Amino acid sequence: MEYIRTPKVENVRLQDRFNTRKPAIGTLYLTATHLIFVDPNSKRETWVLHMHIDSVEKLPLTTVGSPLLIRCKTFQTVTFVIAKERECHDIFESLIMLSKPASITELYAFQYNPQATLLDHEDGWNYFSLEAEFSRQGLPNNRWVQSPINKDYQICDTYPRTLFVPAGATTPILLGSSKFRSRGRLPVLSYYHKDNHATICRCSQPLSGFSARCLEDEQMLQAIMRANPNCNFMYVVDTRPKINAMANKAAGKGYESTDFYSNIRFQFLGIENIHIMRNSLNKLIEVCDLKNPSVGDFLSGLENSSWLKHIKAIIDTSLFIAKAVVDDHASVLVHCSDGWDRTAQTCSLAGVFLDPYFRTLQGFQALIEKEWLDFGHKFTDRLGLTAVEEKEVSPVFTQFVECVWQLTQQFPCAFQFNESFLLTLHDHAYSCQFGTFLGNCQREREELSLSSKTYSLWGFMRKNMSDYVNPLYRREHPVTKGILFPNTAPQNFKFWRGMYNRYESGVHPRESVTDTVSAMKDHSASLEDHVRLLEKRIAGVKKLLGKDTVLSPDQQAKGDINPDAAVNTPVPTEDGPSEDNGANAASDASSESGIEDVQSPVNGDSASTEENEEKNDTLNSTNDLVEEAEASEGQEVPETNVEVENSPSAGAGDSMDVSLNRLSLEMDSVALEWKTFRNIRQCSCETPLDAFNKKYHCWRCGDIFCTRCIDKQTPIPGHYSQRPVPVCRTCYKHLKLESTLS
Amino acid sequence: MEFVELIKTPKVDGVVLHRPLCPRIEGTLCVTGHHLILSSRQKNAEELWLLHSGVDSIEKKFVGSMGYLTVKCKDFRVIRLDIPGMEECLNIASSIEVLSSLGKENRTVDTITLTYPFFFRPMFDVIEDGWQAFPPETEFGRLSGEDWRISYVNKDYKVCPSYPSAVVVPKSIDDNTLTKSGAFRQGGRFPVLSYFHAANDTSILRSSQPLTGPNGRRCKADEQLLNATLRPGKRGYIIDTRSPNVAANAKARGGGVEPEVHYPQWRRIHKPIERWNALQDSLVRLVEACQDPNSSMDKWLSKLEASNWLTHVKDILTTACLAAQCIDREGASVLVHGSEGIDTTLQVTSLTQIILNPDCRTVRGFEALVEREWLQAGHPFADRCAKSAHSTSKQKFEAPVFLLFIDCVFQVYQQFPCSFEFNEQFLVLLFEHSYASQFGTFLCNNEWDRKKVKLQTKTVSLWSYVNSPEMLRTYLNPLYEPNNGVVWPSVAPQSLQLWSGLFLRWETNNSAEDAAWQEVIHIRHHNKELKSKATKLRRQLEELQREARDANILEE
Repeated sequence: MEYIRTPKVENVRLQDRFNTRKPAIGTLYLTATHLIFVDPNSKRETWVLHMHIDSVEKLPLTTVGSPLLIRCKTFQTVTFVIAKERECHDIFESLIMLSKPASITELYAFQYNPQATLLDHEDGWNYFSLEAEFSRQGLPNNRWVQSPINKDYQICDTYPRTLFVPAGATTPILLGSSKFRSRGRLPVLSYYHKDNHATICRCSQPLSGFSARCLEDEQMLQAIMRANPNCNFMYVVDTRPKINAMANKAAGKGYESTDFYSNIRFQFLGIENIHIMRNSLNKLIEVCDLKNPSVGDFLSGLENSSWLKHIKAIIDTSLFIAKAVVDDHASVLVHCSDGWDRTAQTCSLAGVFLDPYFRTLQGFQALIEKEWLDFGHKFTDRLGLTAVEEKEVSPVFTQFVECVWQLTQQFPCAFQFNESFLLTLHDHAYSCQFGTFLGNCQREREELSLSSKTYSLWGFMRKNMSDYVNPLYRREHPVTKGILFPNTAPQNFKFWRGMYNRYESGVHPRESVTDTVSAMKDHSASLEDHVRLLEKRIAGVKKLLGKDTVLSPDQQAKGDINPDAAVNTPVPTEDGPSEDNGANAASDASSESGIEDVQSPVNGDSASTEENEEKNDTLNSTNDLVEEAEASEGQEVPETNVEVENSPSAGAGDSMDVSLNRLSLEMDSVALEWKTFRNIRQCSCETPLDAFNKKYHCWRCGDIFCTRCIDKQTPIPGHYSQRPVPVCRTCYKHLKLESTLS
Repeated sequence: MEFVELIKTPKVDGVVLHRPLCPRIEGTLCVTGHHLILSSRQKNAEELWLLHSGVDSIEKKFVGSMGYLTVKCKDFRVIRLDIPGMEECLNIASSIEVLSSLGKENRTVDTITLTYPFFFRPMFDVIEDGWQAFPPETEFGRLSGEDWRISYVNKDYKVCPSYPSAVVVPKSIDDNTLTKSGAFRQGGRFPVLSYFHAANDTSILRSSQPLTGPNGRRCKADEQLLNATLRPGKRGYIIDTRSPNVAANAKARGGGVEPEVHYPQWRRIHKPIERWNALQDSLVRLVEACQDPNSSMDKWLSKLEASNWLTHVKDILTTACLAAQCIDREGASVLVHGSEGIDTTLQVTSLTQIILNPDCRTVRGFEALVEREWLQAGHPFADRCAKSAHSTSKQKFEAPVFLLFIDCVFQVYQQFPCSFEFNEQFLVLLFEHSYASQFGTFLCNNEWDRKKVKLQTKTVSLWSYVNSPEMLRTYLNPLYEPNNGVVWPSVAPQSLQLWSGLFLRWETNNSAEDAAWQEVIHIRHHNKELKSKATKLRRQLEELQREARDANILEE
């Protein structure tokens, strides 16, 4: 590329903020997409995506060279010291050009081209639509209808083509209301609460000035209110501080006057504007950058940044909206100024509180698609993807992601996704690797032909779903299955070190509960599958031996398993609180049925298959998630991110045509113990494994590998289901060899 | 003294109880010698049983003939009782006030025996007597190498009233030298072994400050004792938990530090950790901040900062890490002391062991650590834990020294959630019982005091209760995987968290978090069950395989 003058620099030092004595020395490569630093001694690689670069700064010359400070939008900060000033300057100049393209079509997404086996062009672009989402919510019905009025973006170019409006709102009302709202963003439906018909609608501020009024707009609000039979008033929530709304009055905009709009309850909620949020984040970053801060420095810095205050304001406002819907059965109209920043944050968060679907992997994506992409959050501008005006940039989406993270901290079982999902989402919003977050509104996205020219993040994420699953998620948990109201006392808000200090490897917990529990669940899934096969085999061999099932070994097995389990485990299931009984009962039942299988192999078969499916459901096993998501789209099961062997349709244990060798092979192919993550410092390929790399178990040998070494998925002989599972390269070769031999 | 004299109104009907996070209960309030009881007298209804000794302070308010009592407990819980009748309310308040400070205000032998632990009879079978669970002789065997011995020089508590009768000292040092060294150390606390790191033959010692005084007094026996703990040619570190200034001031009052001229093999490091009033003040501010759910974010953060609680946590952790580094990285022995050697010293020595010694991260190991480094080492629990965060009467001995230690352990635990055999609840339990308990474990200030009131025979040990199988189960961490390594915690402010499970326990509803915990337990349980099931089935199948081979039914 024309911007790259020096593609490779040797003898570069990577400076560490904490370990200044021994900097890593290695080679810096400048590619079209990344800046890559390779330290040959530790085999450690540091990758910086150009699109992630927020600022590049040349620091004063030192004795060892010119330091180059790079700050990323993902809160990574690196300093390279380059021996020659000229080379440093070359890199500096290149990065400036590469990180901020002048036009949107120069962004990475338009060049990104994954291998076809990894991702198809179509994957993800057709997963979501506003119609499908509203139909899931039970619409249209006799109260809310789909309106074609904006089908060519004629009344509002930042809204989607499809709008859902109250059945009582006629075309003149819609047109009139649209003209009276800033940028034509008239009140339209955002969320319909099936249980009580209350709704959340969103719009921009009215062009009311000091005294202007618009009959159609007033009628529009009446129509929204009347569409809800359970309440004779509605809330209008202006998410701005009152003073900001007043100031807008002078510019001919403003807010709804209760004198003109009847039966509305008007409320200011005080979320600050994008400029204040941008400054707040900058202050927060300064705090995170402090070198060896004292507790006092850190806490006062955190306080001065006001970051958590803003986060709390957003959650408080969203809670106000959600409570109005649930407690007052009232519909709520939400706006800020243009209705695409604070409105997007609060409407989507209120949705997360109200509807458990939005707490699933798929539902959360649908929510972002609806509230953020369809309704025109200006991603290009706010994320600063191209060389735009600095004052348009603001961490509005980052705040939303953090608000959701704060909720996951209060409700660890309520969300299907984990922290890694939120971080990946955040990073890819900035990475421009996918077209999903490009453009400021739907119209722009269509004009850019993103769905044909770029790949979708949703497609990519679906291929890697297992990385994003929260192992503690319970769909039907009594505590968190319905509406979720968080505690918003300030004591409950935490500083998100996993986001803002993510690359400070020293500050994170040294052992991860999520990773440990996830591995445990995967392992259990593998063992369950294995146990099923073993039971089949035992029954089969017995039959061949002419042993009837009532013979003593069976009873021994049955007699042994249960008491043993009770002794081995620290917590007896009976003592668990009542909400847990469901799950325990399920697992008890499954072990019961497993034993019955042995006794009556034929009859038990179909029953246990159902059982198994049910269990897999609660286990969130990777493939099931993908399948489930796919099934709802009516598409074929996609190939996963790696080579996948075709799985036979029948279970492995169904035929009894096995040899003794085969039996041994089956038994050897499933690891009974999986290695713990503790003290795992590198993969067998010598890639260092630290807090930043995800670590994977091989389901055959139980060892731990880096993502590059566990790229194979194949069925293993010891599993009944014969579904493809992750194995390491060595085991893959073994399995291939064995299958050719047999 | 009879309790009856103190209880003018033993019973009031129609009292309404308000508790945090619970629905209100109306019922009959009873005051007994040791408990405040409220019962709705309905089947299966919840009752309140509150130990008087668990009450920190009490506030009265009257509106008409209704009395409102706000009872603030030492575990930070605040409850309110609406009592009909002014006189009844006054009587109850004064009963609680007197009964809650029983055995506290005038610490004599006869008042302490009136406290609840002397009346409590366990409802559970004592399988293993906690009083006998950690005898110094076996604990010593667990800890130390062949260069150490147990000395009974203090068997009459003459050399050091706050030490136990058995202490571990270098083998080459005779009791006479110990006595001399004791005379040179404040309170007679001569250097003794706290922990022996078998991996590299280094040790942690603890003592009180040397009484060098303004004239630079020296004591050959003390120097000899300290040097005997070092291997030939090795140097040691003295970690003084006071700032250089405080140490210098102490010198003027008869205390001091080990001068390098007389202790040439030792390097002194000052690592100040706050003590006494400052800690109590810190706790009061922190709890006050935590109990204001309506404050703004700014106010909360500034109050949290102003409380300095996390600063204290960081200071203690940093010092413990330093001591652990000396041992593990530098292979150098460490002597820790502040002034009296009964507060900050113990925080550092015990936390260092948490970092270094995997055994201390098990339930029994942790109990043994508390027993060794706090109870036997003479941390004055009766003085320090007499009152908690809500105390109105400021007494000068109180300080949450042990609570800070427990908080530090929690910080390490949350950074290494798989390396501890016990869970957060276990730590909360220890905090609660150190302030108010039906058990005798945390009573009195030292072993001598305990012997005087015959605690071992007259009260039940907390360990007897905790170690009973059914209780123990609830305190186990389902994620525990024994970790034989050293656990180095991060002390960056980003890594230190307010311990919400303790300080916000009564402010936020934790049911969602508890549910997550149950889920973890379930997942672990399920995994274990499957492992043993698969193992069994494999064994069975192998057997059948053999049979089939013998019978020639299946091909090779």
